[in-house]
Amino acid sequence: MQEERIATLKRIITPYVQNKEALEQLTAETDFIKDLEINSAHLVDIILDVEDEFDIEIEDEAMEEMLTVKAALDVISAKVDA
Amino acid sequence: MKQRVVITGMGVAAPNGVGLEAFGAAIRAGRSGIRYYERLAEMKFSCCIAGEPEVTEEMKLRYLTPLQLRNFRSSGILYGCMAGVDAWEDAGLERRPKDAEPDWDTGIVFGMGNSGVDQMREAAYKLDGGKVKRLGSTTVPQIMASGVSAYLGGILGTGNQVTTNSSACTTGTEAIILGYERIVLGHAKRMLVGSASDSGPYIWGGFDAMKVMNFKMNDQPEAASRPLSTTAMGFVPGSGAGALMLERLDSALERGATIYAEVLGGAVNSGGQRLGGTMTAPNATAVQRCITAALHNAQIKPEEVDLINGHLTATMKDPDEIQNWTIALGRKGADFPMIHSLKAMVGHCISAAGSIETVAAVLGLHDNFVFPSINCEDVHPAVSELVDTNQIVRELREDSSVNVIAKAGFGFGDVNACLLLKRWDASH
Repeated sequence: MQEERIATLKRIITPYVQNKEALEQLTAETDFIKDLEINSAHLVDIILDVEDEFDIEIEDEAMEEMLTVKAALDVISAKVDA
Repeated sequence: MKQRVVITGMGVAAPNGVGLEAFGAAIRAGRSGIRYYERLAEMKFSCCIAGEPEVTEEMKLRYLTPLQLRNFRSSGILYGCMAGVDAWEDAGLERRPKDAEPDWDTGIVFGMGNSGVDQMREAAYKLDGGKVKRLGSTTVPQIMASGVSAYLGGILGTGNQVTTNSSACTTGTEAIILGYERIVLGHAKRMLVGSASDSGPYIWGGFDAMKVMNFKMNDQPEAASRPLSTTAMGFVPGSGAGALMLERLDSALERGATIYAEVLGGAVNSGGQRLGGTMTAPNATAVQRCITAALHNAQIKPEEVDLINGHLTATMKDPDEIQNWTIALGRKGADFPMIHSLKAMVGHCISAAGSIETVAAVLGLHDNFVFPSINCEDVHPAVSELVDTNQIVRELREDSSVNVIAKAGFGFGDVNACLLLKRWDASH
């Protein structure tokens, strides 16, 4: 389940990632901005794509936390598995 | 001694040709880029013909990344990036790598009438539906007035002034003058100048409502834009972008760059919407003063002007423009310079007009031809009264005698611009 979600997340973030090598070694600890060099302006676009993919709505407070793969997975699972 | 400024690169996305080569071939051949659009008819436009550059998905990817093209709806920014990057590469310049210093000596003045109208429409629907978050991160750069110069600055890595001007249909000609002046003032070595305009119903609709477009020739798109003609019945909307790399002469020579032509100078002014000038009509005195001021700035005598690349939109105002030229230059009849209008082929490209038309003028100077002003078999009597009809270039002329071209642009708000271009002669 978790691997499946990581794979989905990886697919979503791929267009925004500037450091493609870091993307290959994606783990739960990977930081979107520091490791993947995603332009911070694009985090809002990633969140819109996540909302569409999982059919959920993410609040502003949760958006602020979604800076790593783990944080994103936590937000998704809090919504989807609730 | 005033700094001399030359043109060392050009790019264009026009309704009858995208890229310098295709555009050059089209304007030599007198090929129209005006087509009928079923979509405009479905939306109940009176004028269902228009000019739009033909751009494939593959072409877009040469200029913008797949990420930049996500949710991208700003056709004007796309055309501007295409023309701007082409001009940059044509000038033999390299895009600065992401981890390098920007090019501090090069800036951008790239004009727009408005930016990303299709994106604005999309955003408005989302906003009205209570979905502000859905606007994402690229709505702002796509709809901000300076969107086009901001995208270009990022692609190229320019470190001098990067800005956008806006003065309706004068925009393109004005952008060239602004860049020229910045180099003359010593603030930059090179300025990428140009202008762009969106395509589509959301930009053209307001003009359709004003009934200033030709709505009587939907069945003959290629014949519908008729500058200087008795049967001129309004302009045909166009779109696209033109770009020119202006460069200080010493820098161009040092780089061994190709020099297309020299910019001798120019002038901009406004009629103040007085003495007959209004939001939509020009104050004739102001137009004449602008031409005179441009000649003065360029140190060119009226008799030295060989060819006029007119504003000439194919409305009933064309004869007024001719009259203004005859007065400002003190020349008429057979003594009047040659004159033509690119709008006959591409329509009125609104804020992109001045830059696309200047690219056409410079190509002619460099490649020794004068493009034909098509659709003018029946010269308007008010024009032929003032000017010998032989001076209206209606067929291609392979004519190397053109030395100086005057290019003018006039716009809503009663604003004017006039630019003087000269054939490049390495011995002077």
